[in-house]
Amino acid sequence: MNKTVNQKAWFFVAPVLILVAFNAIVPLMTVVNYSVQETFGDNVFFWAGLRWFEEILRSPRFHDALGRQLFFTGTILAIEIPLGVIIALAMPRKGPWVSVCLVLMAMPLLIPWNVVGAMWNIFGLPEIGLLGKTLNTIGFDYNYTRQPGDAWFTLILMDVWHWTSLVVLLAYAGLVSIPDAYYQAARIDGASSWAIFRYIQLPKMKRVLTIAVLLRFMDSFNIYTEPSVLTGGGPGNSTTLLSLDLVKIALGQFDLGPAAAMSLIYFLVILLFSWIFYTVMTRGEEQ
Amino acid sequence: MARITLKNLKHAYMPNPVNDEDWALKELNLDWDDGGAYALLGPSGCGKTTLLNLISGLLTPSHGSILFDDHDVTRLPPEQRKIAQVFQFPVVYDTMTVYDNLAFPLRNRGVDETTVNKRVLEVAEMNDLTATLGNRASGLTADGKQKISLGRGLVRTDVNAILFDEPLTVIDPHLKFQLRSKLKELHTRVPNTMIYVTHDQTEAITFADKVVVMNVGEVVQVGTPKELFEEPHHTFVGHFIGSPGMNVLACEVKNGHAYIAGKKIATANKAVAKAGKSEIGVRPEFVKFARQGLEARVVKVSDAGRFSVVETDSAGGRVRLLVEEGGAIPSETARLEFDPAATRIYSNGWLAGREGRP
Amino acid sequence: MARAKWLIPTIYIIFLMLPIYWLVSMSFKTTNEILGSFTLWPQNFTLENYRTIFTDPTWYTGYINSIIYVTINTVLSVTVALPAAYAFSRYRFLGDKHLFFWLLTNRMAPAAVFALPFFQLYSAIGIFDTHLAVALAHTLFNIPLAVWILEGFMSGVPKQLDETAYVDGYSFPAFFVKIFVPTIAAGVGVAAFFCFMFSWVELLLAKTLTAVAAKPIAATMTKTASSSGYELGLLAAAGTLTIIPGAIVIYFVRNYIAKGFALGRV
Repeated sequence: MNKTVNQKAWFFVAPVLILVAFNAIVPLMTVVNYSVQETFGDNVFFWAGLRWFEEILRSPRFHDALGRQLFFTGTILAIEIPLGVIIALAMPRKGPWVSVCLVLMAMPLLIPWNVVGAMWNIFGLPEIGLLGKTLNTIGFDYNYTRQPGDAWFTLILMDVWHWTSLVVLLAYAGLVSIPDAYYQAARIDGASSWAIFRYIQLPKMKRVLTIAVLLRFMDSFNIYTEPSVLTGGGPGNSTTLLSLDLVKIALGQFDLGPAAAMSLIYFLVILLFSWIFYTVMTRGEEQ
Repeated sequence: MARITLKNLKHAYMPNPVNDEDWALKELNLDWDDGGAYALLGPSGCGKTTLLNLISGLLTPSHGSILFDDHDVTRLPPEQRKIAQVFQFPVVYDTMTVYDNLAFPLRNRGVDETTVNKRVLEVAEMNDLTATLGNRASGLTADGKQKISLGRGLVRTDVNAILFDEPLTVIDPHLKFQLRSKLKELHTRVPNTMIYVTHDQTEAITFADKVVVMNVGEVVQVGTPKELFEEPHHTFVGHFIGSPGMNVLACEVKNGHAYIAGKKIATANKAVAKAGKSEIGVRPEFVKFARQGLEARVVKVSDAGRFSVVETDSAGGRVRLLVEEGGAIPSETARLEFDPAATRIYSNGWLAGREGRP
Repeated sequence: MARAKWLIPTIYIIFLMLPIYWLVSMSFKTTNEILGSFTLWPQNFTLENYRTIFTDPTWYTGYINSIIYVTINTVLSVTVALPAAYAFSRYRFLGDKHLFFWLLTNRMAPAAVFALPFFQLYSAIGIFDTHLAVALAHTLFNIPLAVWILEGFMSGVPKQLDETAYVDGYSFPAFFVKIFVPTIAAGVGVAAFFCFMFSWVELLLAKTLTAVAAKPIAATMTKTASSSGYELGLLAAAGTLTIIPGAIVIYFVRNYIAKGFALGRV
């Protein structure tokens, strides 16, 4: 659509701009302000320069949290994206079952995050949880509150449970937008199901899958409530992701300077990854 | 290439059809000659796309059988029928180049790359696509995409028939003519059986040697464009083909003669007509003003260039006729004369003496 | 193989339903039954947990609080997003692309980063512990998303609609409210759905910005879990109740979900 140049359009954008700027810029300035100062309480601040940034970037604690975060995000993306696509492909295209599937699948998306955490907390309990009891009954020594491996397993399973539906819905939306003629033409051209997936379905899903990966990337990097309720970062620090660590430093120890510096680094990491991914995914379309 | 035979073919989309209306396609027997250029003409929803999809194998008929050269293909899937089909909306594989699009049907069938290359270049040349072979198919215009769809059909050497499902719907008017000419030209170079579905009589008549006219799920007439014009077998054909369409007037048949308001009208098929309420069909081209004949009142005159279309009201209903430029048009009451050789009696819509299906 | 296709979504849905079932079934059990033995369904079916929630104000006001700020947020976000999305879909103006991208970057901001500054900012302007505070904080995430979704829908409406309306003598506000918004009703529904969804499920900010008066149900749950020991049945009942509003909303927008996802543009 060709758009007309009209500077008055700023008036339409103004309310959004004011609200978002108020919410984004003032707090961001606060964070920047803290990140370069040191405080010993009583609202007395000293200039600290970039000391906190250097400290955070060098600290093994941050490296570990970032490493865990990358492992978590990488794992859930590697599971949720293909799984979501497979489920979307297997879903009916029309008929009464479509609504049933969509409604049931969207359920986890609308459950408050701490309830999700609490639900899995209960579900996984070795003595009284369905999952924990079942696993122990069939011979696994499963206890997510004591064994880091089990904690990770539960954390990832919970995230797959919570968010795969988002990928399914996006992929499904991409699939149903493909006109029947494409499938008919492909059958006439003698295409195999793999060729149909590779040359029709996947290209048509590319845009929505880009959105899916971006959203899942951002949200999994920001994840806080569910793991905090499920494992509280434990056992030990084994499941302490970036957000958990940040909240521990900021609200637990009240180290405002390092917390602020860490916030900014954290935010920049997300922006950087999103930007790289977005550029790579959309480069093909520009040509 | 093959002759296609449809035997007692019927199709319904619902599982247990009861009424006549439940059938999307009513019982049909039809032969399509090898190498013929056919048009399947009818209004939207008349079942022409259903028929096309039955032939290509995208649908399996609820009843009857389809033979390619006496070989029963009724239960075969499309990829085993050796059929090509071009759809209403252009289908191209967006991520592939034009070359890869054209090569796709061959590669799927495991053809070796030297043959693929040879065929693709040949077909690209036929379709004026040579210059764009290396381009991404998604960037082309609608007519370019339709040429690719067509090319994917032509690239295979083994196709029995090429089917077109209203292929010019999304093409700009000035390109429609070009593409249609291209199709005709291709048909002379590659004498495949071609079946062209359309609701546009001009497209049907200019493309096809033989036109199959359909209405509400049944074939009403098969014939050359000339036959359809001169001797419509059904009032629907008379009405749908020709512009303006055939006049259809209520009449009474007694002793094989047609009467409108007591006035006897001479017709070509009087002897076979049965008594009772019937209709008279006559094309505007075969009606003229005369001293005597059916009484009528001129209602409206519209100028259509070389001639005028005059609308009149008669006892049998509305009658349109053509008057050449400069011809006299009575101002109020007039008398109309029908050419007896081109005036026919229809009963229940069908040409008297030819009732029932073709 | 094609015939067994339905198995995949079916198994997936069963997997989704199992934890929910466990939560719901636990909410009908007595504390003794939960802690004492492992039972697949309630042996001593009880409504005691629900009775507690519906009679104790600390519980049910939590629900009311949540619903109030979610509603304020949804209405506010969609209302301001509508004209902005219209501007992005119809006009080019100085800095439009940068502005759009900047809006989206806010969607990426970790809530944990903003929790403390929000607390200070809202305390300073005196709206700490009000519904408005939570609603405002959530707009940071919801407005960008709403603008993005609505822009996608609006771009699908041909410009001729606007022009025809002006020719017919509509003023801009009349056209916008009476013709344009009803045309993209599906988009408004989808945008509202997403705003509702985020605001309903978010807890970190909601908890940080409230103390007593506007405390959300989710926060009440975490407090109870830690303070009054291990009242799992009560916790399960409260959790079950938080699923219901979401389920109702999904049911109403079920026909738009697939479409809405497809029309949002990057």
